[in-house]
Amino acid sequence: MSFLLLFIVIPVLTVIGIFFSRTHMQVKWTAVVGMSCQLIMAGLLIYFFLAARAAGNTAEILFSQDMVWYKNLNIHFFIGVDGVSVAMIGLTSIVIFAGIFASWDVTDLPREFFTSLILLSAGVFGFFISLDLFTLFLFYEIAVIPMYLLIGIWGSGPRHYSAMKLTLMLMGGSALIMLGLLGLYFNSAPNGGPLTFNLIQISKVAIPMPAQRFFFPFLFVGFGVLGALFPFHTWSPDGHASAPTAVSMLHAGVLMKLGGYGCYRVAVFLLPGAAHEMAWIFLILTTIGVIYGAFGAIWQKDLKYINAYSSVSHCALVLFAVLMMNQTAMNGAIMQMISHGIMTALFFALIGMIYGRTHTRYINEMGGLMKVMPFLGVAYVIGGLASLGLPGFSGFVAEMTIFVGSFQHNDVFHRVCTIIAASSIVVTAVYILRVVGILLMGKIRNPEFNHIIDAKWFDRISVVTLILGITAIGMAPLWLSDMINNGLVPVMQRILLAGPIIH
Amino acid sequence: MLIMRHELLLIAITVILLLVEIFLPADKKHSIITPAILLMAVVLILGFIPGPTGILFGGMYQTTALIVMLKNILNIGAFIVMVQSADWLRKPENKEKISEYYILLLSTLIGMQYMVSSGDFLMFYLGLELATIPLAALAAFERFKEKSAEAGVKLIFSSALSSGILLYGLSMVYGTTGTLYFAEVGPAFTGTPLQVLGFIFFFAGMAFKISLVPFHLWTADVYEGAPVNISSYLSVVSKGAAAFILTILLYTVFSKIALMWSNVLYIIIILTITLGNLFAIRQQNLKRFLAFSSIAQAGFILLGIIGQSQYGMATVIYFVLVYIFSNLGAFGVVSIISNRTGCETINDYDGLYRTNPRLAMTMMLSLFSLAGIPPVAGFFGKFFLFAAAANHGLYILVLIAIINTIISLYYYLLVIKAMFLNRSDRPIPKFKSDFYTSLGLILCLTGIFAIGIFSLVFEVINGLSFGLY
Repeated sequence: MSFLLLFIVIPVLTVIGIFFSRTHMQVKWTAVVGMSCQLIMAGLLIYFFLAARAAGNTAEILFSQDMVWYKNLNIHFFIGVDGVSVAMIGLTSIVIFAGIFASWDVTDLPREFFTSLILLSAGVFGFFISLDLFTLFLFYEIAVIPMYLLIGIWGSGPRHYSAMKLTLMLMGGSALIMLGLLGLYFNSAPNGGPLTFNLIQISKVAIPMPAQRFFFPFLFVGFGVLGALFPFHTWSPDGHASAPTAVSMLHAGVLMKLGGYGCYRVAVFLLPGAAHEMAWIFLILTTIGVIYGAFGAIWQKDLKYINAYSSVSHCALVLFAVLMMNQTAMNGAIMQMISHGIMTALFFALIGMIYGRTHTRYINEMGGLMKVMPFLGVAYVIGGLASLGLPGFSGFVAEMTIFVGSFQHNDVFHRVCTIIAASSIVVTAVYILRVVGILLMGKIRNPEFNHIIDAKWFDRISVVTLILGITAIGMAPLWLSDMINNGLVPVMQRILLAGPIIH
Repeated sequence: MLIMRHELLLIAITVILLLVEIFLPADKKHSIITPAILLMAVVLILGFIPGPTGILFGGMYQTTALIVMLKNILNIGAFIVMVQSADWLRKPENKEKISEYYILLLSTLIGMQYMVSSGDFLMFYLGLELATIPLAALAAFERFKEKSAEAGVKLIFSSALSSGILLYGLSMVYGTTGTLYFAEVGPAFTGTPLQVLGFIFFFAGMAFKISLVPFHLWTADVYEGAPVNISSYLSVVSKGAAAFILTILLYTVFSKIALMWSNVLYIIIILTITLGNLFAIRQQNLKRFLAFSSIAQAGFILLGIIGQSQYGMATVIYFVLVYIFSNLGAFGVVSIISNRTGCETINDYDGLYRTNPRLAMTMMLSLFSLAGIPPVAGFFGKFFLFAAAANHGLYILVLIAIINTIISLYYYLLVIKAMFLNRSDRPIPKFKSDFYTSLGLILCLTGIFAIGIFSLVFEVINGLSFGLY
């Protein structure tokens, strides 16, 4: 038995524990215990993974386990990890751990809240460890559907509308994915032999080009919906703004990464020929997305909307880098996913905490908050600086890698796209600094804000965990980048086989 | 004898119930519920014991391992319906008629079993009629309610019409081939114009029974008027039986004109799924809502038939099995709430989770299963159906069907929204379900989870199915 199975078993056990908990406190502590176990497990996984690699184990997939599930369809329950998925699992466990503490003051139906939240995380963990397309898709849908209840019941603002919009758009995306997966399955053995959903096996098969051209858009757009691909990003601002704190964290921090990871792992990896041909269409879209998201954020007055649009911009950058299809840019894409995941989770956590104290999210009604809540204020500045790509934080490492990678292309089209996308950094700086200035500096505008209490212990745990993540990556990016590179090598080999080699 | 064991057992318990009813004093009539359910449980379990298969009456009646399994699936559905209707039968106005209910229900089941096992169009038609006419009586069971009587009349008229059409088609088949036996019609059915016409009439008749667009117009009215348990029986067992025999006939008797009927199915599937879904969006009454959703589901069932392979047939059977559990779960909740409070519209369900969390959870999981959301069985059923059609290269059709699942998800979410998200000043009060209702719902939930996660069910079905070629 592979110990990766624990990543699904622990959330399920936690949910069962929550079901039998009697009081509000018991529910929360069960959740904390469960998710701490996940965090420790993720730490162990990274350690074992690095140890195995250091010991010279060069297998593409480590800790794999393969069980036959539906025999006559050749569906397997096949799990395993490479460097990229290990990194994503680390990200997920950090964000969900912080998310539990950030939702410490949920009072309405806490049992159901934590159950849905943890089920969602189970779906995400399952997605990252699956190597069989069927189980991958199954976990993908499990991760998406609890969002409806989470936003609809515990959200704010036009929550019914947002929840419905988000669910339908994401499930619409998953409908496209389903068609794409069926296409992959039925083309997985062009030379005869059993059909398979096995991701690694399909990647070794040359799928006929007509099929690639037909199915690539379905897969890329399908995953792209969740990855906030312009123009399918519109669920994101509404959804994030209406969602409760922990859900925004988890959603922007982790769930949107499912989209990026899916585009990289399924669409581009398995259909590299079509990816080379059609990348230009999606490159234009993602370039627009990067700029559009950044400018969108400038005009918003609601803190959550600002951050949601900034997420659109940053996630578009992930897809942008994936489409560059060279190792440096891909590495940057994964780094950006992790960096943005932690960073945006931090932002949403802080916004939730600020909102809980000021009862407003409109920046015009706030001011001088640094004086009354220095801890949260400083944390917000740190998050902001990471977001605009200051060296020393994770954002810089990721964006730098992406732009270096994408500028390696010699042709005008790629370079123009890169320059346009890179200019979003300036726009990002504008809105981040503007918000920091209005929100934290200056005089206190509302006298009631003088009575605000700074972060409580559970807020601090949540915030400190995330800041540690950002700075750890920013200060010592090499171990992470090596781990990711390690996972990327075999992937890149296959992608490059299908297209022109770019140096 | 043993070849026909399913039907004989059912006839036996029908007769037993009839005799018991005669000797039971009027004030003890409700005590027949438990024995009836137990007897049915015994029949259900006995049905799973492997026994001989073969043909009877010179080929008019046939049974194979596959057909035995189909009968067992129908038995499961009927058993759950019987369990779920216990609460409703205990109502004072129904106490007089409990045994009638069981006898009528079991007769329709016997009819369906004969229909599934027929080896000849005559036997098929007899089974079909035996399955339909008692259903009309059941639909009009609450005869003092205007709507229920209306439902009965509508059902009998529409099924009489459809039977007539079907019979007309069969007469053409007989006229051109000179035989009614499936085994002999098949080779002789080469697709001459008159035969094609006969097939079209036959198919239209079957489409009435499965309620495919454009022959679906009776469905919503009948489901709304009939007692909830009868609607659920109509929507799963009756529809399932018709779908089974249609699959078998298309794959055996009409296999030579497969190209033609697959084109017909292609159009009918698109119409059925799309119209069923679009009408379901606007419904307020949950019974009408589930009626339109079941029309759409019928379209999905055809998706497996059009796959034209052993695998396609297996997915049809598997999906019907999943659909029995999911739809009965949803209908079970509607039934208990309708019995206890009389509430039947979506708005009445506002805030249901806060007063009756278990019912709301059951409803949600059943609806998720109908919509095809993992990890419940509906996801597997839908995925396999789509795979069956995709296997045949029909990617555009699959795309249309998948888009329709999103539409269906929207209206299923409307119910979930009412139960979980909305608050109400006058929510449905908290009540305790009786033993049989709980049992019925637990059975459905077990089915919904177990059938998907344990692959054994699908493998057994796939092992017994056969394809077109």
